Amino acid sequence: MLHVENLTASIGDTSILKGLNLDVGAGEIHAIMGPNGSGKSTLAHALAGRDGYEIGGTVTLDGVDLLEMVPEDRAAAGVFMGFQYPVEIPGVNNMYFLRTALNSVRRARGDEQIGASDFLKGAQDAMDLVEMNHDFLYRSVNAGFSGGEKKRNEILQMAVMQPKLAVLDETDSGLDIDALRVVAAGVNSLRGPDRSMIVITHYQRLLDYIKPDFVHVLVDGKIVKSGDHTLALHLEDHGYADFVNHDLDDAPLTGAPA
Amino acid sequence: MSETMRGIEKLTEADYEFGFSTDLDTDIAPPGLTEETVRLISAKKDEPEWLLAWRLKAFLAWQEMDEPDWTKLQIAPIDYQSISYWAAPKQRPVLDSMDDVDPDIREMFDKLGIPLHEQKILSNVAVDAIVDSVSVVTTFKETLLEAGVIFCSFSEAVQDYPELIKEHLGSVVPVRDNFFAALNSAVFSDGSFCYIPEGVRCPMELSTYFRINSMNTGQFERTLIVAEDDSHVSYLEGCTAPQRDENQLHAAVVELVAKDRSEIKYSTVQNWYPGDENGVGGIYNFVTKRGRAHTDAKISWTQVETGSAITWKYPSVILQGDRSVGEFYSVALTSKHQQADTGTKMIHIGADTTSSIISKGISAAQGQNTYRGLVKILRSAENARNYTQCDSLLLGKECGAHTVPYIEVKNPTAQVEHEASTSTVGEDQLYYCRQRGMNEEDAMAMIVNGFCREVFDELPMEFAVEAQRLLSVSLEGSVG
Repeated sequence: MLHVENLTASIGDTSILKGLNLDVGAGEIHAIMGPNGSGKSTLAHALAGRDGYEIGGTVTLDGVDLLEMVPEDRAAAGVFMGFQYPVEIPGVNNMYFLRTALNSVRRARGDEQIGASDFLKGAQDAMDLVEMNHDFLYRSVNAGFSGGEKKRNEILQMAVMQPKLAVLDETDSGLDIDALRVVAAGVNSLRGPDRSMIVITHYQRLLDYIKPDFVHVLVDGKIVKSGDHTLALHLEDHGYADFVNHDLDDAPLTGAPA
Repeated sequence: MSETMRGIEKLTEADYEFGFSTDLDTDIAPPGLTEETVRLISAKKDEPEWLLAWRLKAFLAWQEMDEPDWTKLQIAPIDYQSISYWAAPKQRPVLDSMDDVDPDIREMFDKLGIPLHEQKILSNVAVDAIVDSVSVVTTFKETLLEAGVIFCSFSEAVQDYPELIKEHLGSVVPVRDNFFAALNSAVFSDGSFCYIPEGVRCPMELSTYFRINSMNTGQFERTLIVAEDDSHVSYLEGCTAPQRDENQLHAAVVELVAKDRSEIKYSTVQNWYPGDENGVGGIYNFVTKRGRAHTDAKISWTQVETGSAITWKYPSVILQGDRSVGEFYSVALTSKHQQADTGTKMIHIGADTTSSIISKGISAAQGQNTYRGLVKILRSAENARNYTQCDSLLLGKECGAHTVPYIEVKNPTAQVEHEASTSTVGEDQLYYCRQRGMNEEDAMAMIVNGFCREVFDELPMEFAVEAQRLLSVSLEGSVG
């Protein structure tokens, strides 16, 4: 489904991703773990199409080249990014924002627009999923939200947008255990045979709730180790030191297991 | 140049959609302003002697006065002798019958989206339509009269209700108030008059639509609204002008009298031609708007200013009666080479008076936007309160936002709060919206509209929708 080959990303002279390979099959959840500054968030932004990076390599989604597309076209192609720091948009109510977003991708795909009342019905289910009150829809996008509310809002948006590929960037950061449970339950319920997810996290904790099919360790812009969910447990016990301290030039460049 | 900057540039190159002109057979006075001009206007309108005397007094005062020099506006000198002070579409219709409206005029207003046929008007709004110097038609006059509400052109009011005009004209904005008010007092040609009797809640929204059509003319209109004790009225005004290379002058005066326990809500959507992207042409808009609020009365100004090359206006409230309330909600957008110096004055005289000011300035392209406001608490104003919030949004690198608040407090029991912020539409906000599938134009329009939400919420429903649309159109070529 998602094919990433020799992906590089740099800002000015600073090279952040240094030839990253990753294949994510339909319905799979891949966890990307790594120490601070290893390039995890850059990977998410490179997939979503943020301005400001020099990008090289190949990224395709179902065979379609993503790197040539602007962010909104990638969204229409089915890419969703859950932001580590969701952005506040004062004065724009959440429901209006969500419906505009949904109708934008529908228009790009040539689908019919969704009216307010049909939208509300769908949104209600999504809100139940993340245990949000109805008034949530009428508040300004993320403005004055607590950290946990912002992250739940990201999952709510994902549930409404029904993406093909979801890239969740540190969705667990800043969450207490209850919020983490709600967010994880939301993510798990959105698992499906046609949806792939990349879950980026610093801590193993999230993976107690969301069980990944594969775990990759990202260090210094490259994936240095891949395995199943037990790799995350190993990291929990030993940290990233094993990977960081070794001479990485000799480390095998492992993509996802075939 | 980043993609965002290119996007903003594209957005601000929008075309002005009301730039057409209509070929009307018009009676135009030769350019120039002398005592004779003032007499000519008064004679054209068959005015009583006292009104001519009032005009001449204003004209004498004006000749002694200078243009205000305290603004941040950069204005090329205005030649007041090159302007024609009277332009009226010929064959004025008989005002009692809608069918007598000149078909060309009717078509012009249809094109502007302001149908003058009462049966075609879906919304509950009565319209006074003013072209150049004169009112061409007022709708729903009979319906309103049944409720006791007078709504007519200023000229008619002078003939039909001379006592009301004589009592209130100049009572809030004296002829010597300022250069442009004096000019208006001397040469005003028409305008709207509203009178809401005691205890009456006006059954529909009243509205005046101003259209400048002729070349080389100025528009000088006067609006007077009198709300008697315990009455209530909501009034709207809109304005457009053709696209021309010459600057045209618009100097209006609006006076509101809100008697005890009455409420006047006055909303403006100003969309005069702003000039082109090189700063050529556009309306010079110099407007004096002021209301006097008596005991327990409330005056609320809401303005959305997206047009004009120059905007100079400070809708104000004299909080004379105890417990009176003044409000000012403003969105001012300057794009292209537009300049706005706008704000309000809240003069607290009565005890327990309260005022609030919410100002949202948006600057794009080479636009320059200044908020200028005065909050004055006199010694007599025990326990007066004011809250002011001024937010500026900058779109692009060549525009400017300025905030100039004046606060004068002479009574120690006053509570005055002022908050101000300046921000840009962040790359991160645009990216977030685009990641969710919106294109850059839609995202920008959404973010800017969100910024203005508190003000738009104050507008009557139809106007709020129109204001949002106008803002989007002013920022981009078209909105989806």
